Amino acid sequence: MTGPDAGMDRPGAGRTCAWNRIATWRAAALLLLLPAAPRAQGLAVPPPPRVADRPNDNGRALVLAWDVPDGAPPGLLALLERRDGSGIRDTLQAVPALEPGAAERKGSFTDERGPRAGGSYAYRIAWLARGDTLWSDWSEASEPSIQWFNAERVSVAAATLLFSGILIGFVAAARRGATLFIRKIPGLEAVEEAVGRATEMGRPILYSPGLDPMEEVSTVASISILGQVARKAAEYETRLMVPNRDPIVMAVAQEVVRDAHAEAGRPDTYRADDIFYTTYSQFGYAAAVCGIMMREKPATNFFIGKFYAESLILAETGNATGAIQIAGTDSDSQLPFFITSCDYTLIGEELYAGSVYLSREPLLLGALKGQDAARVIILAVLVAASLLLALGVYDLRPYLD
Amino acid sequence: MKRTGPVVFGSLIGMVMLLQYFSPHPALLDGYNLILDMKQVVFGMTLILGIVSLVRYHASKLKRKESGWFYSLAAISGLAAMSGSSIIWGTERGFYPWAFDNIQAPMQATMFSLLAFYVASASYRAFRVRSFHAGLLLAAGVIVMLGRVPLGELIAVEFGGHRYALPQLSSWILDVPNLAAKRGILVGVGLGMVATALKILLGIERSYLGKGA
Repeated sequence: MTGPDAGMDRPGAGRTCAWNRIATWRAAALLLLLPAAPRAQGLAVPPPPRVADRPNDNGRALVLAWDVPDGAPPGLLALLERRDGSGIRDTLQAVPALEPGAAERKGSFTDERGPRAGGSYAYRIAWLARGDTLWSDWSEASEPSIQWFNAERVSVAAATLLFSGILIGFVAAARRGATLFIRKIPGLEAVEEAVGRATEMGRPILYSPGLDPMEEVSTVASISILGQVARKAAEYETRLMVPNRDPIVMAVAQEVVRDAHAEAGRPDTYRADDIFYTTYSQFGYAAAVCGIMMREKPATNFFIGKFYAESLILAETGNATGAIQIAGTDSDSQLPFFITSCDYTLIGEELYAGSVYLSREPLLLGALKGQDAARVIILAVLVAASLLLALGVYDLRPYLD
Repeated sequence: MKRTGPVVFGSLIGMVMLLQYFSPHPALLDGYNLILDMKQVVFGMTLILGIVSLVRYHASKLKRKESGWFYSLAAISGLAAMSGSSIIWGTERGFYPWAFDNIQAPMQATMFSLLAFYVASASYRAFRVRSFHAGLLLAAGVIVMLGRVPLGELIAVEFGGHRYALPQLSSWILDVPNLAAKRGILVGVGLGMVATALKILLGIERSYLGKGA
């Protein structure tokens, strides 16, 4: 038995029969529910759809395309059916035959539910209209394929490789002993003064590493700065309290602070209970930290990391207790609140430079200089692009051809 | 091994996550999902550590009857009540949903509402004109705030046959100089994030591992 109904007697044919019955009833229901469905009179049997593999994917989609004939009524629907290599058929959804707003009389559909890499699939299309369903022949079988690289992200990959190369180059230069200068950052210069103030007043230091989990880069940067602050606090034998919103961050902070105390030669002054978990709730955390500030009255507050709406609550409460406050965040929406309420604020990338600035480790300094070099390149591209736009050049391709 | 093991492990995992962004291959996607699942497991286990830390912190305050010990009692009582209720009756009925709707949600809303008062006090401090920059900030703030209320539409000038109202100036301030500065910060933040992530992947940044790293 050949033709569109081939496969009826194969294994799974019962399922095929059931699916066909369901598909027929589905199509009939569509026609009943669409009283304005156009009639198919005057339309020829459609040619099989063109089937192609969807590029840059994991081999689980095929793209169908077809031409809509002139004279096709507006609102014409196309019903699609798929057949796999073993003959099992499945009716896909009915879609508008013509893509809305399309300049050409073409339609398309991406089948993401059925195809799997290694299988082969054929499709047919029908113009769906009251009283008539004009099925095409089956298309040639197509196989979806897996791509190893997403070509749409080649520009990101190139930029990443370029930036990595610049970074590694400057790290290598630092390893060879090159002298690298970085400018003064007032917020980081004030860390020693802030820790000293807490020591003189006999009050603790409060350090909040932000609300984001450990996999966020800002939290990693905050924990790096915490290590430096903890070392200074250990040298001065000043109590350091670190309330945490995330339990993983708490575990890492405990490790870092304990090692900082050991490095400062004061392992006995480490108090594990001072680095504790509060709650995962955003405002619950804010309430907990505010309560600690009002009761313990720390002399110095550090708000370093990612913060959200609770930033102003924390900063203002700390301001009310008279503490010196150093904040640092990469959340641009929270920076104004910290700048207003804190004595020093690390703006954006200064947060990431924090551990480099405090430790002055040559390799990290080299990486920081690499970052600056990349910024110069970006600035140059921005200036060039702005000039071109000012001259009315919106597309370089005609000039490159 | 204690120093290099975590660095190598972190670098390998990071490379998988980085490569997954550029490759749609199912093997990498499966690895990505596996790592995310592993992270959830680690989170659950460290949550137990977090709860132990929380209970220890408050229990020691209760034991020593330090000032504010009743807040610690409230914290431990709340933890016990919510945990017990959810274990016995689930989270859909019993004490848990009632406490969430009638205690936790109103408390969260109360904390959020504090922002209104804190914004007022912070604005009062920020807008004191003590320098040129503070004066500029005050002027821009007044223009933007007035431009956002219906009254701003009434403040306008006629020039060259066109009517220029305050909301237009307000929008210009937000769309041009403010947005330019914001984008500058975002470019720096983006570079900083990529650089820090690369330093972690390459094992250059190890301060988060503690001593000896």
